[in-house]
Amino acid sequence: MSPPAAESYLTDGRTLWSWLTTHDHKRIGLMFLGLTLSFFFLGGVFALALRIELLTPGRTIMGHLAYNRMFTLHGVTMVWLFMIPAIPSAFGNFLVPLMIGARDVAFPRLNLASVYLYVLGASVTLWGMFEGGADTGWTFYTPYSTTTGTAVLPVLLGVFIIGFSTILTGLNFIATVHTLRAPGLTWMKLPLFVWAIYGTSIIQVLATPVLGMVLVLVALERVVDAGIFDPARGGDPLLFQHLFWFYSHPAVYIMVLPSMGVISEAVSAFSRKNAFSYRMVVYSTLGIAFVGFFTWGHHMFASGQSTFGSGAFGAMSMLVAIFTAIKIFSWMGTLYRGSIAMEAPLFYTLGFMFFLFFGGMIGVAYATTSLNLHWHDTYSVVAHFHFIMVGATVMAFLAALHYWFPKMSGRCFPGRLANGAAVLIIFGFIATFVPQFLLGNMGMPRRYADYPPHFQSLHVASTAGASLLAFGFVCIAGYLAWSLRYGAVAGNNPWGSEGFEWKSASPPPTHNFPVTPEFPTGPHEYAREEVPHAA
Amino acid sequence: MPPEAVTGHWGSEGARRQAAYLGMWVFIATEVLLFAGLFTAYGVYRSVYPEVFRAAQLTMNVGLGTLNTFLLVTSSVLVALAVHAVREDRPGLGGVLLLAAALLGVVFLGVKGVEYAQHVKDGGLPGAAYRFGEVPRVGASLFFTLYFLLTGLHAVHVTVGVGVLTVLGVRSAGGAFGAESATPVELGGMYWHLVDVIWLFVYPILYLS
Ligand code: HEM
Ligand SMILES: [Cu+2]
Repeated sequence: MSPPAAESYLTDGRTLWSWLTTHDHKRIGLMFLGLTLSFFFLGGVFALALRIELLTPGRTIMGHLAYNRMFTLHGVTMVWLFMIPAIPSAFGNFLVPLMIGARDVAFPRLNLASVYLYVLGASVTLWGMFEGGADTGWTFYTPYSTTTGTAVLPVLLGVFIIGFSTILTGLNFIATVHTLRAPGLTWMKLPLFVWAIYGTSIIQVLATPVLGMVLVLVALERVVDAGIFDPARGGDPLLFQHLFWFYSHPAVYIMVLPSMGVISEAVSAFSRKNAFSYRMVVYSTLGIAFVGFFTWGHHMFASGQSTFGSGAFGAMSMLVAIFTAIKIFSWMGTLYRGSIAMEAPLFYTLGFMFFLFFGGMIGVAYATTSLNLHWHDTYSVVAHFHFIMVGATVMAFLAALHYWFPKMSGRCFPGRLANGAAVLIIFGFIATFVPQFLLGNMGMPRRYADYPPHFQSLHVASTAGASLLAFGFVCIAGYLAWSLRYGAVAGNNPWGSEGFEWKSASPPPTHNFPVTPEFPTGPHEYAREEVPHAA
Repeated sequence: MPPEAVTGHWGSEGARRQAAYLGMWVFIATEVLLFAGLFTAYGVYRSVYPEVFRAAQLTMNVGLGTLNTFLLVTSSVLVALAVHAVREDRPGLGGVLLLAAALLGVVFLGVKGVEYAQHVKDGGLPGAAYRFGEVPRVGASLFFTLYFLLTGLHAVHVTVGVGVLTVLGVRSAGGAFGAESATPVELGGMYWHLVDVIWLFVYPILYLS
């Protein structure tokens, strides 16, 4: 007969080897969490270097080439090594099978392969960084990226490999959600986080191959001088932009949809209410995944595309804003008259809602051709996408980290400290990026290491905000590391949440459930009376 | 081993088959999109340089291209028959058919090699290496770049497919599959049909005008 199951996935095999060869989705999720956090740290160090350079006009700590390389590395690390994999690969892997009552994902070995592909891709990219790094920006615009003498090839190759990791993860989730739901768990009973990961996976699977091909084309252009994007040889650099944004606009939803899933879970759990208009949230998830493919042209208003094209792309972009608004209304409706528990995840959730709303409204303004031409390639674009990507993805990531920390580790963290850090982060964020909107509106271009003196005060404000942010992250790292060892033992469901993932033990055993679970109620269904709540 | 109740759900043969099929379909979708980037580039440049592209197409060796089409379609039929044989519980026959299909794949690659050698001799090379006098350089070098990319990427897929079919063929001949366990052969077959179908798009746009 089989030996009794180990107490938890953490103690089932303690050797390094047992981790490196694991097929357990929870361990794989945890590995992704560690990896993506490391790259978040690295990208953060690059960001601080950039902000310090911009503290004073003229040269502060680095020259122009170093600055160009620095912002490229910052962008590449943050976008491809942190934001795209962070929530789906780390939290998605950990939680999706738990939330649908499965023992593991559909293809556990493929799942492990995607970790190794990620590590391989990240190593190749890092190697490129040590070779000096590319100076093209994360967008690799041609013809510059095909002619510059910096280490573009390894960075392209690294991103290409990471793309495969993303595709495998997405493929795995699609098959898992379709085929491994516990008996009776119908589509309209799926937790919203699962829906979000499912929608994200569809985008990943459909968009990433196109990115892969366009990266190959750029690489080929560098190696054999193919001329596909080179006007001198009859090629067209705008074709690159079309193919690139065909991927990269949906990619911004790869970053934001999983966040929305996290927020839906957190809002329900910390207001102890069922998600308001669940169905609309589901449809808007699918709507975003669909419409996101038809908006890429809003990055090319200044490229000379036809007025009709610009108008159509602008209108489609606004459709995305409507789907987003549906979600924001749902969260507000859920919070309304809930019994609110002001815990750290909810702080980040509120921060997320504010930043998504603000950043999204600015996005709608950008989708208007006339305004876009004023702001295009200025600091206000930088502020817009940081509002959305940092303000939303990073906030949601922190919400997820705090909300599921007890699930993953079996420990609680000090609540007041966490709340303090959350306030710090939110204020640091506002201080960093609001000045950048103003700078952009005044005409400060993006991707410049130098600027005339009258911009300085706003740059100083932004750098000060960034320092505050960095300090906040250090605090979080400190108390979470402390809690791993000394935190109070969490028990199975410290938040008193009705989310399906809390029906297993915390931390869960290797195969998640002793018997196939049943989910008779919908997700996040709260009883009328108060559930006792942990501190 | 996990407790029985859990395997009953997760490990059930039905769920596993369904997952494997769905996974394969999704994978096929990503493959199609991978080629879609190149088809898009081809379409764009063909509309920019219609005459040059037509002239470049006329220099293609239609005979060899057609031969290759014939080889691939035949091998695809063999694979379909192999799947049928395995489902009928005749893995030995299935194995022979799979190996025959793999052999046709190898011949395909050989023919492709002959064509490539011809292009190298003529100077119909991608990008800067292009020195084929018959067609104007601007546009034609793009055609040849895309030609090499499309057929090269396809050839990579054929190579992988030959490996897959060989492994499946050997194992099937050894009796590893049967009516109860046909899924690997079915999935391998789906992959080979994909390779075939992609060629059925590549062939007309590159060789026929
Ligand atoms: C919801 C999540 C969103 C994310 C993650 C996001 C992300 C981004 C990013 C990363 C960029 C800069 C790309 C670059 O480096 O050049 C950008 C630019 C832009 N975004 Fe968004 N965005 C979001 C929502 C929206 C919405 C809802 C709209 C319109 C309704 C919008 C309209 C634009 C436009 C027009 C630009 C181009 C600005 C320019 O370069 O002139 N965005 N966005
Ligand atoms: Cu966009």
